[in-house]
Amino acid sequence: MTPGDTPESKAAITLEGVNKWYGAFHVLKDINLTVQGGERVVVCGPSGSGKSTMIRCVNRLEEHQQGKITVDGVELTNDVRTVERIRRNVGMVFQQFNLFPHLTVLQNLTLSPMWVQKQPKKEATATAMEYLERVHIPEQAQKYPGQLSGGQQQRVAIARALCMKPSIMLFDEPTSALDPEMIKEVLDVMVELAEGGMTMICVTHEMGFAKTVGNTMVFMDEGIIVEMAPPKDFFDNPKSERTQKFLSQILTH
Amino acid sequence: MARREQTPSQIIAREEEPRDVSLPPPEAPPSSPALAVGWVRQHLFSSIPNTVLTLVCLWLLWLTVPPMISWVFIDAVWSGSDPALCRAAEGACWAFVTEKHRFILFGLYPFDEHWRPLLAMALFVATLVVSCNPLFWRPWLGLLWSVVVPVCGLLMWGGVFGLTFVENARWGGLPLTLILASVGIVCSFPIAILLALGRRSDLPGIRAVCVGFIEFVRGVPLISVLFMASVMFPLFLPEGMTIDKLLRAQVGIIIFTAAYLAEAIRGGLQAIPRGQYEAADALGLTYWKKTFFIILPQALKISIPPIVNQFISMFKDTSLVIIIGLFDLLTTAKTALTDPPWRAFYVESYLFAALIYWMFSFFMSRYSQYLERRLETGHKR
Repeated sequence: MTPGDTPESKAAITLEGVNKWYGAFHVLKDINLTVQGGERVVVCGPSGSGKSTMIRCVNRLEEHQQGKITVDGVELTNDVRTVERIRRNVGMVFQQFNLFPHLTVLQNLTLSPMWVQKQPKKEATATAMEYLERVHIPEQAQKYPGQLSGGQQQRVAIARALCMKPSIMLFDEPTSALDPEMIKEVLDVMVELAEGGMTMICVTHEMGFAKTVGNTMVFMDEGIIVEMAPPKDFFDNPKSERTQKFLSQILTH
Repeated sequence: MARREQTPSQIIAREEEPRDVSLPPPEAPPSSPALAVGWVRQHLFSSIPNTVLTLVCLWLLWLTVPPMISWVFIDAVWSGSDPALCRAAEGACWAFVTEKHRFILFGLYPFDEHWRPLLAMALFVATLVVSCNPLFWRPWLGLLWSVVVPVCGLLMWGGVFGLTFVENARWGGLPLTLILASVGIVCSFPIAILLALGRRSDLPGIRAVCVGFIEFVRGVPLISVLFMASVMFPLFLPEGMTIDKLLRAQVGIIIFTAAYLAEAIRGGLQAIPRGQYEAADALGLTYWKKTFFIILPQALKISIPPIVNQFISMFKDTSLVIIIGLFDLLTTAKTALTDPPWRAFYVESYLFAALIYWMFSFFMSRYSQYLERRLETGHKR
C-alpha cells in the first residue's frame, strides 16, 4: 500500500483481527480498531477485559499472535528495528509511572532523546525544560522521582514520553495509582495535550475526562470490543446490555 | 484572649489562619527518663534475670579484658633483636614483628630493593583513596590509573632505568596479596556482570553457557581451581610454552570470584521491577542501552552488600595461593616463624597479618556503606 491512496493510510493506528493468548487464556479476541491521526480514543471496561493488553500491543510491550497491527503506516513485526522505530514514535504513560528512580527528573527526560535520537545534551535539556513547563513542574528538574508526589511523578512521566516528540501517546490507566486529590492535576495535563491535537489512546475509568476530550469511546469486556461509539451516544444510549451494566456500576458513585 | 476588643491586625491574623482554632498545637514527645542512670536501670537491671545476665557479662569482661590489655600492651616487648628477652617477658613479643616485618611485608623480594614494592603500594593505595571520592570521578581519574598501574609494574619488575630485574616468582607478602585481590576485583567484575546478564538472557545458547560456567565454578573449591590452573592447565599448552605461575593463580581467582559475583548481581537484577524494563523499552532504548543506563545502575546498587561481601571474602581467600607456592601475606607471616629462635611467637605473627587483612576489609566494608548512603535517592519500592 502506498501512502495516500486509501483511507486507511491516514490512520495513525490500525488493528486488524488481532488475537492474543496468554498460554491457553484468550486475552484479545479478534480486535479491529482504527485510530485516525489526531483522534482521541478512550478505552474502558472491567479489569481483565484486555484493555491494557491491547494498547501494550501497539508498541510491542506485548506480542500479538494473530492479525495485523499498523502504526503510522508501518506494520509491527518481530524485526527489532521496526519495533524500535515504532517505539520512538509512540509515547507511553504507565499506571505505576515507571520513572527511573536512580536518575533525576531532568535525566529521566533527557536520557532517551540523547541516546536514542542522538540529540546534543544542550538541546535535549532545553526540550526537557520546555515540557516540564508544560506539565507545570519545572522547579522539580533536579529532584529524584522518589522525592515527588504521585501526581508530580505521573506528570514527569508524561513529559518524559513527550520529549521523544511522539505522534501518538498511549495512556495505560494513568490516574489509577494516584490519590484522589492528585488525579485532577494529571488529567489537566492530559486535556491540554489533547487540545494540542495529539493522537491518543487512553485506558481510563475517568468518565468526566472521556466526555471532555474523547472522540471515540471503546468498551471492552472479556477480550472483545463490545461497543465503540462517540462519547455522547456511548453515555446517553449505550446499545449493549454489558455496556449499560458497566456504566451503571461506575457512574453511580 | 483576655480582651474583648481586638485590634484589626488580630482579626486579620485570625481570619488568615482559621484552622489554628481547631487544630491542637504540636506537642513535644514525652521526655525519656534521666539519661545515664535511667538508661542503665531500664536496659541492664530491669528484672532479676536481666540483672543476673548483666553481672555475668561484667564478670566475664573482667576476666578477659584486663589480661588481654596487659598481654598486648603493658607486658609486651616492643623492640630488640634478642628473642631471649621476649621469652623472659610475660606479654606479647612485638619485637618479633619489628625484627621480621620486612620479610612478612615483602617476602622474598630482594632486601635492598624493598623500597620499590613499598613505593608501588603507596602509589597504589593513594590512587585508590583518591578514586573513592566521588568528587574525583572524572575522566582524568582513568588517565591517572593508566599511569599509576604501569609505574607500579615498573617498580615491581624493574629491568629498566637502572632498576635490577625482579622476576615475579620473587614477589611476595602484602604487594602480592594486593595485586591478586585488586586485579581479581577489577577483572572479575565485568565478567560477572556479563555472566549475570547472560544467565537471564532470552537466548538459550548464551544462557546455557553462563549457567554451566557459574554452576561448574561454584561447585568446586577455590583450592581445586588454583590446583587446576597451576597443575592441569599447563598440560594442555603446546610444548615449550609456559604461562607464569602468578598469572595462572590470578586467572583462577578471577574466574572463581566472577562466578560468585554473577549470582550476587543476578539477585540485584531480579529485584528490578518489570515496569523499569517496559518504560525503557517504550522509550525506544536498545537492549544494551537499557541495560547500561537503567537496569545495571539500579541492580548494582541493590547488590552492593553481597558484592562487597564477595570482594572481602576474595581478598582473604587470596591466601590460598600458598597451595601453589606463592608467597602471599599469610604465607610470609608463617614462613617468618621458621627462624628457630623466633619459632615460639606464632600468635604475634598471625595477629600482625590478621591486623593488615582486617584493615583492608574494614575499609571496604565502611566504604560500601558510604556508597549505599550516597546512592540513596529516596525511592521506596
